Amino acid sequence: MANKRIDEPTGTEFVGHEWDGIEELNTPLPRWWLYTFYATVVFSLVYVVLYPAWPLIDKATAGTLGWSSRGDLAAEMRAAEAARADTVARIAATDIEALAADPALMQAAVAGGAAAFKVNCVQCHGAGAAGYQEYGYPNLNDDDWIWGGTLTDIEYTLNHGIRWEAADETRVNYMPAFEGVLDAAQAKAVAGHVLSLSGKAKANPAGAQAFADNCAACHGSAGEGMPAMGAPALNDAIWLYGSSEAAVTKQILAPRHGVMPAWKGRLDPVTIKMLAAYVHSRGGGQKAAPAQPAAEPAGDVAAATKADSDG
Amino acid sequence: MADADGLERPAPAPTPARDWAAALDRGAAAPSAAAPAPAEQDLLRTDLYAKGKTVHNKRIDGPFRRFKWLVMLVTLTIYYATPWIRWDRGPYAPDQAVLVDLANRRFYMFDIEIWPHEFYFVAGLLIMAGIGLFLVTSAVGRAWCGYACPQTVWTDLFQHVDRFFDGDRNARMRLDKAPWGVTKTTRRLAKWAVYLAIAFWTGGAWIMYFADAPTLTADFWSGNAAPVAYATVAVLTGTTFWLGGFMREQVCIYMCPWPRIQAAMLDEKSLIVTYKDWRGEQRGSLKKAAKNPGAYGDCIDCAMCVAVCPTGVDIREGQQIGCITCGLCIDACDRVMKEVGRPRGLIDYATLEQCEAEAAGAPATPAWKALLRPRLALYFGVWAAIGAGLLFALGTRTHTDLTVSPDRNPPFMLLKDGSVRNAYTLRLRNMEARPRAMEVALVGLPKGAVMWTDAVSLENAAPTQTVDVPANATRVLRTYVMLPPGETASAFAFRLTSLDEHGEQDVTQTTFAQPASTMPGNE
Repeated sequence: MANKRIDEPTGTEFVGHEWDGIEELNTPLPRWWLYTFYATVVFSLVYVVLYPAWPLIDKATAGTLGWSSRGDLAAEMRAAEAARADTVARIAATDIEALAADPALMQAAVAGGAAAFKVNCVQCHGAGAAGYQEYGYPNLNDDDWIWGGTLTDIEYTLNHGIRWEAADETRVNYMPAFEGVLDAAQAKAVAGHVLSLSGKAKANPAGAQAFADNCAACHGSAGEGMPAMGAPALNDAIWLYGSSEAAVTKQILAPRHGVMPAWKGRLDPVTIKMLAAYVHSRGGGQKAAPAQPAAEPAGDVAAATKADSDG
Repeated sequence: MADADGLERPAPAPTPARDWAAALDRGAAAPSAAAPAPAEQDLLRTDLYAKGKTVHNKRIDGPFRRFKWLVMLVTLTIYYATPWIRWDRGPYAPDQAVLVDLANRRFYMFDIEIWPHEFYFVAGLLIMAGIGLFLVTSAVGRAWCGYACPQTVWTDLFQHVDRFFDGDRNARMRLDKAPWGVTKTTRRLAKWAVYLAIAFWTGGAWIMYFADAPTLTADFWSGNAAPVAYATVAVLTGTTFWLGGFMREQVCIYMCPWPRIQAAMLDEKSLIVTYKDWRGEQRGSLKKAAKNPGAYGDCIDCAMCVAVCPTGVDIREGQQIGCITCGLCIDACDRVMKEVGRPRGLIDYATLEQCEAEAAGAPATPAWKALLRPRLALYFGVWAAIGAGLLFALGTRTHTDLTVSPDRNPPFMLLKDGSVRNAYTLRLRNMEARPRAMEVALVGLPKGAVMWTDAVSLENAAPTQTVDVPANATRVLRTYVMLPPGETASAFAFRLTSLDEHGEQDVTQTTFAQPASTMPGNE
């Protein structure tokens, strides 16, 4: 019974293995532990057959179930699309100006527009829709709209773009270049007058005359602009290409003209409607005023608000 | 010789008093004793993995058994009955007293309702549970293991089922050895059916904590419950059936980390269940002791302590991982000592320090004296302080809460007339089970500053806005604040006031951003 020795302090048998005087005691694991280990081995074999497992050079073994995480994603996307289908159909069936009457639908449209904006619009208008003044990409959060800021106006702009030659109904205008018509001094005087319209410079009678002769036809005698033809207001605090005298002078002599692509045909009508709702919701959207031409409604509102808060 | 320490047994006789030795056999020690194997075969043994054994613990009655009955009754009643207690919270909140509403992110416990942003209450409770376990363990050892652990309670329950179907220890051991026949098969199937019923009830009770219990029960049986409900019940039924019905003490000995952690928290001043060997040894039957008075201790080697043990250990071997300190061996030994006319407490709750003192001849100290020591006072103090802090926080919390996140892109917006607009996302929390109107006001902005929200249009911009917040809900409001031209501001606050009899307030600081051109000196 040489191997039946007992370790005195613990009362445990030796297994009989010895390395340099260190011996192994027999403290056995239960057999179910071993069976559990075998079960995990079997599980792994089954898994390798059923699921993608072995990496190959350009892919992995596919597994007999044909499962893939990409497939899961596609299924989830289809499910999400199906879940949205009803809302999308309702947005499609609702006139854009009537959207606001249904706050839940409007909220859905704004959320959908926000998602589409991140994919299609942020490249020029920025993630916060604040535009880039240095490149002339307009800010969509403020209350200044070159081509009108009602839902209908915004949707039209989205559909047909601005100066987008490929679209027949695109919004288009070109401010004439005054290089050669006005000399440098005259242009500077006009710029002075333009800046004085919003109190940024002193009155400039010479510039005022030139403005009345050359500019007022589109921009209005007080520089109030004309959204119907895309003539920006010049009497407010917002300047697409900068408000320094040099910037304004440059714009008079050699105007820059921004271009926006038409999205009709590239995005589906519901997405465009949702984008319009989102842009409108950014804080500067104008209410449709069917009784009167859409001249300066935002200015009126701002003035009224100012009067309110002053009073 | 063989009885000297119970370990050195060159040729142990298979006497009835030794039946526990068979139950305790390690590997092939006992069988090889019956049929000594050649040394060469010993080296090639395949039994490095221990064969499963069933603990057939003997029925015993006594104070600890009765205490275990009480704990079982209380814990199981709490577990199975709690979800069915109703608690009226009005029309806007569920009427279940204890409900973990994961879908709506609310935790209801009687009058207390916890929102996700108040999760520190739950964290505090968990810390209290942790320190409470330190406290209990350093005071009374593995009391959690012995009485309150679900594995212990359910194992106890299943062992009572065994006893009900198959009789007490000896009858169960006989049945185990009996060949599989009609009787044995029938009895086993019936017993396993009861196991399964208990297991199913256990799993079924669990899901009731997560939804309205009566509704969920109806949905469950009509097949309309969520798949996760069926899956949870299936998993818990399976684990209860397997762990409570078959694994039992194997869970404590091989699977559970807690005995190891508790062992590290015990010291020589902690109460444990222990065999007083200085009094019991040398073990000897009454017959032997009668023949040779004075040579034997109080232990008559009846092995009752082993027979009643729910984990099948021999407490006389000292502290061990398998001992859950349930005290049933104390009940058994006290009864035997009473029968043979010796003082009780040969196996008893005592600290190692008390044992040493007693062995050295000091009079026995009452076990409760072990509870008077600074370590326990410290644990209790920390535990109670956290509890008092939580209660204070609970008592003084308001049910109106406001968080503000300013728009970072763009940080501000210049408007046509030179006004500056900032946008914020406000979260108004109405943590009461009734709809309430709340007032949002601007604090610390110059005169002329106004606000409006996506619910109130620009035309109605004003320095304060009244908002209806639904019961038990968060209302998210995109909010605009506008400063007239020429005014400047930086830090200010939104003040939320509940328009009810409490007038609860929450003031949240935030900032107002402006373009450099509108700041003084940049005109």
